Amino acid sequence: MKPVAFDYCRPESVEEATALLHELGGDAVLLAGGMSLGPMLNMRLVRPSVIVDINRIEGLDRIVLNDSVVIGAMARQGDVMADVNLLGEVPLLEAVLPHVGHFQTRNRGTFGGSVGHADPSAEIPLALVTLGGTVELTARRGVRRVPAAEFFHGVLTTARRADEMITALHWPRRRRRSGYAFEEVAQRHGDFAIAAVACMASLGEGGELAELRLAFGGVEDRPILADTSSFIGAPADGASAAEIAAKVADGLEPMEDIAASADYRRALARTLGLSVLERAFEQVAGS
Amino acid sequence: MRRIGGNERHRIELTVNGRSHAGEAEPRMLLSDFLRHRLGLYGTHVGCEHGVCGACTVIVDGRAVRSCTQYAIQAEGATIETVEGLADGERLNALQQAFHEHHGLQCGFCSAGILMSAVHFLKENPRPSEAAVRDMLSGHICRCTGYDGIVRAILDAAGTLKDQTKETIGE
Ligand code: FES
Ligand code: FES
Repeated sequence: MKPVAFDYCRPESVEEATALLHELGGDAVLLAGGMSLGPMLNMRLVRPSVIVDINRIEGLDRIVLNDSVVIGAMARQGDVMADVNLLGEVPLLEAVLPHVGHFQTRNRGTFGGSVGHADPSAEIPLALVTLGGTVELTARRGVRRVPAAEFFHGVLTTARRADEMITALHWPRRRRRSGYAFEEVAQRHGDFAIAAVACMASLGEGGELAELRLAFGGVEDRPILADTSSFIGAPADGASAAEIAAKVADGLEPMEDIAASADYRRALARTLGLSVLERAFEQVAGS
Repeated sequence: MRRIGGNERHRIELTVNGRSHAGEAEPRMLLSDFLRHRLGLYGTHVGCEHGVCGACTVIVDGRAVRSCTQYAIQAEGATIETVEGLADGERLNALQQAFHEHHGLQCGFCSAGILMSAVHFLKENPRPSEAAVRDMLSGHICRCTGYDGIVRAILDAAGTLKDQTKETIGE
């Protein structure tokens, strides 16, 4: 299992990289940590003529805490997992990251790579959609930011154009009176999730739901943000959680594959949905 | 910017187990193949070649990573540790000795990768819980041992390393 022969380019700056993408367009493939692309190259599912290795671009792994939390595209998953300040500001990532692959793959795997690859079951894209973060894309002609909910179009398909590269992800900071929770079911810890659910719930002073973001991974062809608008103002209690989980799970159109049937995925979505909602509500109550 | 044609061979220099090495590789040559076939370091094993089994794990610039999902050209100038660097001549290091004592291996195919993962893991977690060790091992596949001996070996080695540290500090 060896990849096809490819030309190799190793730009040292974003300018060099975007100039290359401008020149090569769809012939070039961006190589970040290689935790998804590497296997696909070895299996020859991808046969690029040129690989643009962005591992040595200085500063692309930056982590900045200001109004939002900026995680550079080449930040390694393991480094973010060890960054307690950052995890304090984006608590959902603390819950999510232990499920992203394994120790050995997080040592190399990146945030930008996971988002750019857009596996429907990947946890980092799910977390970004749940929190309402944005994807920063840079091309020679300029920079734009795409809301995560609009970035993922389908299996391994995104809003990124051929001359663009992901340079950072922008994460909203933790809010007051908010709870965050994540759960998934996979055949083995670290494997692709059969279903994954993440949520952020903000409560008003009277314990009612002020904002609720609930999203599902591994169920449809991309992370799906549920419509929870009809529950705003409802009490944040167990009865609401059960009602929300049931209604939202009914609205999903789950995939069917070798790992699970559509019905099983829907059942998981309901069960995990209930559990993350209860946990998020309890977090706020307990704080 | 480095730019190399698909069929061009490029001379790659790097440090492995404290020694400088060099070899030639085309861009598509995997780091695992480079270590084995260019440098003759056959201790690093290759199982699945798509990042799943962990047999090929080596330490690159301080981190335990798969060597089958990166290219030799990417490791230009890197500092690499492989299983060949663990023992001191015939003398096993504490971790290897623990694997020996706890039946942490049978055929040994998975061992090189697990040992290198454990070296990095123990550096970050000098006193790991059993759950943490098992979580780290989820990135490896062993078809012989049932993992139990491996878990005990790593926990014991962590104890051993700890005692050694104590002695050094006490001196
Ligand atoms: S050979 Fe590299 S992970 Fe299996
Ligand atoms: S000892 Fe044989 S595969 Fe682990």
